[in-house]
Amino acid sequence: MDLLEHQGKELFERHGIKLIPRAVAASAAEARGAAGRLGPVAVKVQVQAGGRGKGGGIVLAKTPEEAGRAARKMFEDGFNGMTVTRVLLERLVDIERELYMAVTLDRAEQRYVAMTSSEGGIDIEEVAATRPEAIRRAAIDPLLGLKPFHVRRLVGGFPEDARDGAGALLERIYEVLITNDATLVEVNPLAVLKDGRVVPLDAKVTIDDNALYRHPDLAEYASAFPLEPTEARARELGLQYVKLDGQVGIIGNGAGLVMSTLDVVQQAGGAAANFLDVGGGAGADVMAASLEVILSDPAVRSVLVNIFGGITRGDLVARGILEALERVEATVPIVVRLDGTNAEEGRRILADAGHTRIVPAATMLEAARLAVEAAA
Amino acid sequence: MAVLLEADTPVVVQGITGKEGRFHTLRNRDYGTNVVAGVTPGKAGEDVEGIPVFDSVAEAVEATGADASITFVPARFAADAILEAADAGVSLIVCITEGIPVLDMARVANYLRGKEHVLIGPNCPGLISPGKANLGIIPGEITKEGGVGLVSRSGTLTYQIMNELTQRGIGQSTCIGIGGDPIIGTGFVDVLARFEADPQTEAVVLIGEIGGSDEERAAEYIAEHMTKPVVAYVAGFTAPPGKRMGHAGAIITGSTGTAQAKAEAFEAVGVRVGRNPTEVAELVEAALS
Repeated sequence: MDLLEHQGKELFERHGIKLIPRAVAASAAEARGAAGRLGPVAVKVQVQAGGRGKGGGIVLAKTPEEAGRAARKMFEDGFNGMTVTRVLLERLVDIERELYMAVTLDRAEQRYVAMTSSEGGIDIEEVAATRPEAIRRAAIDPLLGLKPFHVRRLVGGFPEDARDGAGALLERIYEVLITNDATLVEVNPLAVLKDGRVVPLDAKVTIDDNALYRHPDLAEYASAFPLEPTEARARELGLQYVKLDGQVGIIGNGAGLVMSTLDVVQQAGGAAANFLDVGGGAGADVMAASLEVILSDPAVRSVLVNIFGGITRGDLVARGILEALERVEATVPIVVRLDGTNAEEGRRILADAGHTRIVPAATMLEAARLAVEAAA
Repeated sequence: MAVLLEADTPVVVQGITGKEGRFHTLRNRDYGTNVVAGVTPGKAGEDVEGIPVFDSVAEAVEATGADASITFVPARFAADAILEAADAGVSLIVCITEGIPVLDMARVANYLRGKEHVLIGPNCPGLISPGKANLGIIPGEITKEGGVGLVSRSGTLTYQIMNELTQRGIGQSTCIGIGGDPIIGTGFVDVLARFEADPQTEAVVLIGEIGGSDEERAAEYIAEHMTKPVVAYVAGFTAPPGKRMGHAGAIITGSTGTAQAKAEAFEAVGVRVGRNPTEVAELVEAALS
């Protein structure tokens, strides 16, 4: 779960990190009022995405009126297709220099990695690709934690008078990561102000979804994320769902099989409308909920149900689909492909039912072809 | 000879009295797995269909000589369960549990670093040596004893490919689901090395997916160390960046972890990559003939 910048900064403050005076606004009027108190500000769109600086998501405003206008435009226009419900206003400060600092999970090394660079404010992936020597790194064993020697090495490339401040900040950033089960805490840019203070200008924090059970306060942050209606419905029903751009609705069991199904649909010349994994042992309830979600998406022109029965038996899946169709009206063709344990019996059950919307398919490839044709 | 799991490997089941634990334990035993003990704290002295239950893994190991453990305990207790099995000296630890916080697994992985234990998972279906033993939730009915070693980050997708192999009459030596989490105990490279050394294994199928760089490492390893043919599959060509696709580890971060990059890494070292599960089975058939 990617936190919004203002949420990340709230977290920073809870860990004693000093920030520039700021305010969150949910309307143009609130933004105008906040700018009246803060003085000249940067108005920053709050979305779960990067590239705000280049994309017009950060606007400098000298007066409250300018701030209000900038905020109104952000609320009205959204940002790169995303809904905007909050903007962050931050007092303008005199910046001497922009640096970079991050701690993140290193999957390959199974450790954390802390990174710093004197070239802040720009795309760090680009720096890493073109001038890797401009980034200092240290692998952190989570059993040991961030040690003073790590910190000395990491801030050693910064201007001398910024090192103490940056070092103290790095220790706090690591604490934010570990105590909140984050997988990424990134500060880009990290500003050295004209008065010598070292302060984060941005805050990018990703929290491990699997650990949210031990952070109920952070779990609540998710309610601030604007969700597309189908996505919101899927979340309510506890389904693993991701909205995509195509017209073929997908239901499958197992993340890998569903990803594979999306790929096969594309190979057949179509595009999937979603990722939806019903998981293991899906009965009629989950099937019905899944069909309901998929069919509520106006983009969906056909549905592809791809189930491989392992321990889940094909006959039970078939009954689940039929039961689901008694509860949910099928408005588009539903191509069903069943394979694995008791698949033949499942296919027979579907054939006997003679449901007009169900189109049986023998293989995954045939199913993809039929679903793509039906969506055309 | 298969890898990691043989017919006589003595197994202790952690979380044996839970619904999932009990169901799969009995399935595994029916398949032929040598299940010798179960563990549920506070339930020592009970039994599950004749399998004695102990309070701790250490007690179970002492009483029965169990040398492999399988864990079905809920996510918030699972990291502790893995460490308990390691502490009791168990050689092979299989963790089926999904949803373990990555920080817990980072600690576990660093604790196990340099030690002899083999951890499979978490968030995995376990492993099966067809005709010998089944340790986990893989449906034994769709497997067949033979010469293909299969290693995968996915569950159901693996069953799909196993089934396609079996239907073509191609059997498997051992099928290992290594798990879909960002941090797992055993990666592709460890398993590839075991298949290369295993006399029963003639060819290998590797099933990867988006996220991380384990496939790229596997490709390097194959180029340098593998003499047996390897066929690969990568799921998630159409996955959008930044979205978690079901598995916690299946996410493209920035520009790293794309299916395209992984498939290219394999092809660059001469590994054939199937475009779909059926083509994978066809490529294996061709490689073996």
